[in-house]
Amino acid sequence: MTSEEAVAKATPLSRRTARWLDSRLGAAGFARKALDKVFPDHWSFLLGELALWSFVILIATGVYLTFFFDASVEEIIYNGSYVPLQGVEMSRAYASALDISFDVRAGMVMRQVHHWAANVYLATTVVHLMRIFFTGAFRRPRELNWLIGVGMLIFSIVNGFVGYSLLDDQLSGTGLRIAHNIALSIPVGGTWLASLFFGGDFPGPDLIERLYVIHILLLPAVIIALLGLHLALVARQRHTQFSGPGRTERNVVGERVWPTFAAKGTAAFFLTAAVLCALGGLAQINPIWLYGPFRPAEVSAASQPDWYMGWLDGALRLWPGWEIRLFGFELPTPFYPSVLLPGITFGLLALWPFLEARITKDRDEHHLLDRPRDRPLRTAFGVSTLAFYTVLFFGGASDVLAVTFQTSVNALFQAFRIALLVLPPLAGFVTYRLCQELARRDRPGASTEAPRVAPAASDDGADNRRQIEPEDEPELDPASTAGVPRG
Amino acid sequence: MALRPPALRAGHLRLLPVAVALVVAAAGLLGAQAQAAEEDSDPLGYVIDPAALDDPATVADGAELFRVGCVSCHGPGGVGSPRGPGLTGAGAASAHFYLTTGRMPHTGASDEQAIRKPPAHSPEEIEALVAYVASLGEGQAIPHVDLAEGNLQEGGDLFRGECAACHSATGAGGALSFGQNAPSLDEATPVQVYEAMLVGPGQMPVFSPTAFTEEELNSIVLYVETLQNLGDPGGFSLGRVGPIPEGFVAVVVGTGGLMLVVFLIGRRRTGEAEPASQPVRPADTVGAGR
Repeated sequence: MTSEEAVAKATPLSRRTARWLDSRLGAAGFARKALDKVFPDHWSFLLGELALWSFVILIATGVYLTFFFDASVEEIIYNGSYVPLQGVEMSRAYASALDISFDVRAGMVMRQVHHWAANVYLATTVVHLMRIFFTGAFRRPRELNWLIGVGMLIFSIVNGFVGYSLLDDQLSGTGLRIAHNIALSIPVGGTWLASLFFGGDFPGPDLIERLYVIHILLLPAVIIALLGLHLALVARQRHTQFSGPGRTERNVVGERVWPTFAAKGTAAFFLTAAVLCALGGLAQINPIWLYGPFRPAEVSAASQPDWYMGWLDGALRLWPGWEIRLFGFELPTPFYPSVLLPGITFGLLALWPFLEARITKDRDEHHLLDRPRDRPLRTAFGVSTLAFYTVLFFGGASDVLAVTFQTSVNALFQAFRIALLVLPPLAGFVTYRLCQELARRDRPGASTEAPRVAPAASDDGADNRRQIEPEDEPELDPASTAGVPRG
Repeated sequence: MALRPPALRAGHLRLLPVAVALVVAAAGLLGAQAQAAEEDSDPLGYVIDPAALDDPATVADGAELFRVGCVSCHGPGGVGSPRGPGLTGAGAASAHFYLTTGRMPHTGASDEQAIRKPPAHSPEEIEALVAYVASLGEGQAIPHVDLAEGNLQEGGDLFRGECAACHSATGAGGALSFGQNAPSLDEATPVQVYEAMLVGPGQMPVFSPTAFTEEELNSIVLYVETLQNLGDPGGFSLGRVGPIPEGFVAVVVGTGGLMLVVFLIGRRRTGEAEPASQPVRPADTVGAGR
């Protein structure tokens, strides 16, 4: 035994592996820097992480499901162990989804965890988006990351819809039929588009296979790429922080990644997994065996989309039956609620950072977050928008609500139409006044704070930093007219 | 500046009994769901003996009960009134359906839909009333349900094609126009399901033996019975009304629970070491420019 071998033997395997990697990749420097990074400590900064971990669970369960799912519309006679459908003709896709539910080991729980994870993933994404919006974290220099986030949201909503449309049960077929009609409602090119995407008339023979490729390959790849960019930009541009003692535009105060923040992230992962597995194991979701195979001539009462599409369904239900002919082209009713409204929704969402910068004429870099109360107009607008889409969601649930509460679905439609016009401005007004009141209460304590520093637009060194005069930037000084937005 | 709410350390311990209670409740509910249907001397839900309806004494008893409880709406001798339809020709199946589901006597306004409730009459009284209504004219007799004659798979196909549009594919019921609804089929007995198809109560169309064979009617009844006794292999059923309650659970329970989790692990505890501060560039000193 040489002395070298003796040294190697005395060194733990983990350390030897680390050295082996470092000598080849030079990874130690990067790792030390990454682990030393300081992450600001506010619980709401972990909301995006919930979406991330839900997405990880989605991928893990989704991979398991692909082993058993058969995306084919070939008609077969079901012969699995779910007795009420034995001998019934159905597509291979639906039959394999039944097999996953009843004959594949752990298939049912995997399917259910996957579906719950999708619903929770999108909900945590929206909560994360709300945090970014209400604290103004989208402002320069983070507009790009906002756009990436909005892109992920859109792709995720589409992938969620495509995912539950794959199973070829009665409910998913009903959703696809509506999607087909929405595509048809687009003026001029709609018919071509629908025919191109659906492969002919509905339901075409290629549709399920196309949706499958989109669901497991195309959109996940796009979302993962955007996710990587999203996280890389957070690391590159550093995370925003709330203002407080010792926190400035030029530093980050919080916990180092190792060990504190890493521990919190790990805990968040395991707890996310625990909640999703508990839901998947205890609560039944999308019982496709009850819905039966898709037959284009049939429809069931209480056919709703998953929650993140619910506002679109509600808009379709609440919109009045207007048909307009313009320049010889028909503008059919579904066009406004299901093409125009989402277009405006996501367009406005994507452009928000630029619109706000234009309105407030605030084009400075911001690394300190706003408290929602300090920007009452933005906060009121956000709450008002949430109220609008919440009413639309309940509009989509109107038939279920009517049965549950023993009331008339027609009366509910009228009530929701009125609420759609009245509630958003009302919610906005109440929010605005609440923000003003909260900001007013903050004043005495807040006035002792040190003046804060904002870097100049060029941001290339200490010389360009300037003290901000209160009259110059009123929203940065809670002692002055806090609550009055700039511009 | 205190951005964080006050420390909630005691909250951890307070959550423990809640969690334990939730787990116990979940286990209990699962156990209740798994319990097999209890033995029943009248599994099809006849309540009365259909063979005894021809007895004149029973008919006379029924006429007496009719004068007490039904005549104010259905008129003397069942000829009808502005408040209720005539019953000549309604038949035994119709009377049996309305009385055993408790829909008659009607308790709401006369234009309101009659809803299912515990029957107001004893089985003997129902037998007498059914005998009396049957004596008023020709009508559908109480059907003879034979589940063994039905085919479950065919019943499922027929149910999803003919019934699901209103009652929903799960049998949970659904909304109709202007406050009417297709009721949940959870509690309907086989005889009641069969009778409803024969007589078409409320807004429901009649699925008479000329539209469906007896075998097909029995198949549908068998499928409805199976839906009731199937259980929910995925866990709590959430009412079997689709994505609305599922979304509610995902947003409120799932996401709300996870937000509580990150609130608990995300906030820094008192007594911890001072937070680290890192300048953005190594050259900058912390808090420079003050």
